[in-house]
Amino acid sequence: MALNGGLDAIYTELIMENSRNPANRRELPQSRGLCTERGHNPSCGDDITLQIDIESGRIKDMAFSGFGCAISQASTNIMIDLLRGKTVGEAKTLCETFINMIKRESVDEDALIELEDACAFKNISNMPARVKCATLAWHTLSKALNEKYGL
Amino acid sequence: MQNPFADKIKDFPILAGQTDGKPFVYFDNAATTQKPRQVIEALTDYYETSNANPHRGVYALSEKATEIYESARAKTASFINAAKPEEIIFTRNSSEALNLISYSYGLENLQAGDEIVVTILEHHSNLLPWQMAARKTGAVLKYIYLNPDGSLNMDQASEIITSRTKIVAATQASNALGTLVDVRELAELAHKNGAAAVIDGSQSVPHMKVNVQDLGCDFMAFSGHKMFSSMGFGALYGKLALLERMPPFLSGGDMIEYVEEQSATFAPVPEKFEAGTQNVEGAAALSAAIDYINSLGIENIDRYERELCLYALEKMRGLDFVELYGPENRAPIISFNIKGVHPHDAATILDSYGICVRSGHHCAQPLMKYLGVNFTNRASFAFYNTPDEVDYFIDSLKSVRKWLGYGS
Ligand SMILES: Cc1ncc(COP(=O)(O)O)c(C=O)c1O
Repeated sequence: MALNGGLDAIYTELIMENSRNPANRRELPQSRGLCTERGHNPSCGDDITLQIDIESGRIKDMAFSGFGCAISQASTNIMIDLLRGKTVGEAKTLCETFINMIKRESVDEDALIELEDACAFKNISNMPARVKCATLAWHTLSKALNEKYGL
Repeated sequence: MQNPFADKIKDFPILAGQTDGKPFVYFDNAATTQKPRQVIEALTDYYETSNANPHRGVYALSEKATEIYESARAKTASFINAAKPEEIIFTRNSSEALNLISYSYGLENLQAGDEIVVTILEHHSNLLPWQMAARKTGAVLKYIYLNPDGSLNMDQASEIITSRTKIVAATQASNALGTLVDVRELAELAHKNGAAAVIDGSQSVPHMKVNVQDLGCDFMAFSGHKMFSSMGFGALYGKLALLERMPPFLSGGDMIEYVEEQSATFAPVPEKFEAGTQNVEGAAALSAAIDYINSLGIENIDRYERELCLYALEKMRGLDFVELYGPENRAPIISFNIKGVHPHDAATILDSYGICVRSGHHCAQPLMKYLGVNFTNRASFAFYNTPDEVDYFIDSLKSVRKWLGYGS
């Protein structure tokens, strides 16, 4: 990589803010619709646990715990902000859009707009070694929704 | 301080090739070293002038390939002062060599209730084979832990190694912390109790004079690619009397004496352990690498690398945001963390400054857990690294903090 080239496209203000003070790093109160899902990257050790509170097919709230690099922490925090209040189906679609964006599979512009702040991770696709960090939370949530709703 | 090998850096095309004005600092030598032109030429030369199946043809070219292969064995034996060339078995790497020992020696000699003693420093390659052997035989795996400074607790070693111990498997130098282990003492403890001593030389053989007879170990494993040679080629040293009693690890072509429909007898050591067409280009490269190291002098390399490592340690101790791991007496390896910065982020940012360092658990997860750290960054040196590179690295560490929004 060029000297610092691309670095400020990755460690953006938005990503740094979300990794340093992730508001969604907290514990949800116990409730009937609460499920948890752990996701980790054995190769790099990022390890997060999502708490997902679902009520009548809608994500009422989400939170996370665990540890990882700035990119995985920020990505998790931003994902939670984006998906809070969305239906399970919408959440699943957004997860797919995000993962496709990072994997550089074709995603149309309209779908990207739906990702809002999560678009900030687009440039991670230039850094294969960090792709897993950015997608961890999204894969973890997809897995939880698959298990619970067969989506 | 100066690099006495400064005029050798040009031997390494990958180091000399990065001349587009951008810095290029390779500090991941514990993972694999770069290769000098002499080694790269040995590889191409083998294919251009000597390629044939060794041990199989009676024609001159096959004999030439055989000669290259067998002279590499003799050279490797003398490099670590093995008593005989046959005590060197060529493998793909350390990992394969250690698996060979665990299968052909471990499974044969362990019984339920026996004990295998390892250190908490072990790379997964000198750990998983012993977990496997323990699982299959009912043997128990025991650990020697560390002193607070990261050195091996030798008092504990002498308590844990007992008459129940059948195998002591230890690294001579930790790839994660750099810790140097007194493996001569461990081998002595093992032998006093009737156990075999298996030494992982992956991080020691490339960096210091290793004399297997003086250490008294029964087996030693190392990889060519960590000592300027090609990937996919390594060696197992074993005492001949032990190797002769061990069954083959892999079987097939080249390792037999007679084959009947229902049975076979095997070739003598070392062929018994080298099934199938071997990696002759790897042997040619390892020969060239050993010649190269000998031309510099392994003791000279050792002296300079230690000096450079201490120089870096000293400078890093001056940075209050850097946490350091590992003892004073170490191989040229520095494990560290930057406060508040995940090692992956640090490594990505250092990469943007042209500096290659490792980040992660360094294939030593039990060690990381024991130390209570998830991951570290690791800078590891070779003789071609310079004090200037260290200075640049130190400056870049300061920038890492800035990128992540810390004051300095
Ligand atoms: C101490 C130690 N043992 C074993 C290995 C395994 O070496 P290889 O991957 O070449 O088999 C390594 C290298 O990663 C190492 O550092």
